[in-house]
Amino acid sequence: MSVQELEKIFQGKVDQEIKIEPKDWMPDAYRKTLVRQISQHAHSEIVGMLPEGNWISRAPSLKRKAILLAKVQDEAGHGLYLYSAVETLGTPRNQTIEDLHSGKAKYSSIFNYPTLTWADIGAIGWLVDGAAILNQVMLCRTSYGPYARAMVRICKEESFHQRQGFEILLVLSKGTPEQKAMCQDAINRWWWPSLMMFGPKDGESTHSDQSMTWKIKRKSNDELRQQFVDMIVEQAKILNVTLPDPALQWNAAKGHYDFGEIDWVEFWNVVKGNGPCNKERLEARRKAWDEGAWVRDAAAAFAEKRAARQAQQVA
Amino acid sequence: MYQPVNTQAANLVNYLLHLGDNALILSQRNSEWCGHGPVLEQDIAITNISLDLIGQARSFYQYAASLEGGDATEDSLAYLRGERTYLNCLMNELPNGDWGQTIMRQFFFSVYQQLLYNALLQSRDETVAAIAEKSLKEVTYHVRWSSEWVIRLGDGTDESHARMEKALNMLWSYTGEFFMPAGYETAAVAEGIGADVAALQQRWMEQVAAVLQEATLPVPVAGKTWMQSGGKEGKHSEHLGFLLAEMQYLQRAYPGATW
Ligand SMILES: [Fe+2]
Ligand SMILES: [Fe+2]
Repeated sequence: MSVQELEKIFQGKVDQEIKIEPKDWMPDAYRKTLVRQISQHAHSEIVGMLPEGNWISRAPSLKRKAILLAKVQDEAGHGLYLYSAVETLGTPRNQTIEDLHSGKAKYSSIFNYPTLTWADIGAIGWLVDGAAILNQVMLCRTSYGPYARAMVRICKEESFHQRQGFEILLVLSKGTPEQKAMCQDAINRWWWPSLMMFGPKDGESTHSDQSMTWKIKRKSNDELRQQFVDMIVEQAKILNVTLPDPALQWNAAKGHYDFGEIDWVEFWNVVKGNGPCNKERLEARRKAWDEGAWVRDAAAAFAEKRAARQAQQVA
Repeated sequence: MYQPVNTQAANLVNYLLHLGDNALILSQRNSEWCGHGPVLEQDIAITNISLDLIGQARSFYQYAASLEGGDATEDSLAYLRGERTYLNCLMNELPNGDWGQTIMRQFFFSVYQQLLYNALLQSRDETVAAIAEKSLKEVTYHVRWSSEWVIRLGDGTDESHARMEKALNMLWSYTGEFFMPAGYETAAVAEGIGADVAALQQRWMEQVAAVLQEATLPVPVAGKTWMQSGGKEGKHSEHLGFLLAEMQYLQRAYPGATW
């Protein structure tokens, strides 16, 4: 069969909402896009453990500590599902991880911002997980089967993450004046970076159109961003906090909130590695990986020895 | 229901705090690995153990707080006690060291905890027995997981073997404290509530020796090493103060706030 015919069958399946599975023929560019996107997603889960992990040892109550530990552990699990999904496309986990450490692969820029106070843990859960959910709910219907199924599992846990973040802020918002200030300050710092999570504006996003045709994505960056703003503004009312955007306003004609312009200079700088924590985050991941090398080597050596012993017993 | 009276009540509260502190301090140490483990699956596993231990600590503190009455809560017990009133064993507060040292400590402690909780199933105090029963399922997994890792790393590569031997030598002198009863432990035994820790030592030694042998690691001779102690009586290493300063920071900086 010619490549054109194969491509026609492939696109036909996508159009009919039949999931693409690992053994199916797929265009090289589709495979490449998925490897890039899913591994970037996996790295975001793993690097995302760092800013929140920063507060595990200082969580203010035993209950909060347990919830935060469980949440960060969930993110490790998400990373695991996603690395497995990348493996179904022919790229082994170690290689995917090494691409992160070499700087070849990206992860979500949001995790290059620092967690300065306990309220940041609430703001991350509420805003960052909140933004991630919108993207991930969409991806539950993505055209590649293993990615879609990983997303279904992940989404179940993400809504708990957002709720616990909101709950942290809710308690702070009803607390002492210092706690209220802490809550507002965290929201001020996390609001704009959260909006940036949806990526460049539709016209400027390089991979968007093709991803829509392949149904890897089903909503544009700007659509998702709007959905996020509309959702968060309502929830902010319950918290009794302000969002740091004077342009934020209900637009009755559109049925949506208008909001101000993102600082794209900051956005691109953080993407390029100039965010406040880019170097630290990557360094922390490299350190964990390098210092764990002897453990992985030993586990592999032991597995080999054990297999050899068992083979000997059988023989 | 147990009626708290004077010194007897203080003994039981201290006994519960000791059990809770052992769990909380080791949980706090293990949680430092979260996000920094050598491989994703084991990052998840050590965090799981940390979560189990914090759950156990909460159960003991909640019970202790109910006996103390007044304003005591699990959090006031965890966050507002200083280093001289923490009653955990010294081993649990030591810095993590490398993954090998973390594994070896978990192994030593989990084998001890399994024997201890097994004995506590016979406690005359129903709450203590119930916490022990619930926790045993978790601890059984901790013993299995840490034993497997001791064997894997002991019998892995030359480097891993050397690291495990170093961890063993470093930690061994802290194992004796498990089996030297503090005053509140002796009192708890006398009341039929606590477990006789000295009586657990022989079986602990046998279980540990079997795993060390399989791991091709040397088995220390009992009675040959000077054993460190004091943690159970509130005399700690220099490490605990820093651990508590970090852990208690928010509760200390904002007294009376709710989180
Ligand atoms: Fe996640
Ligand atoms: Fe999450």
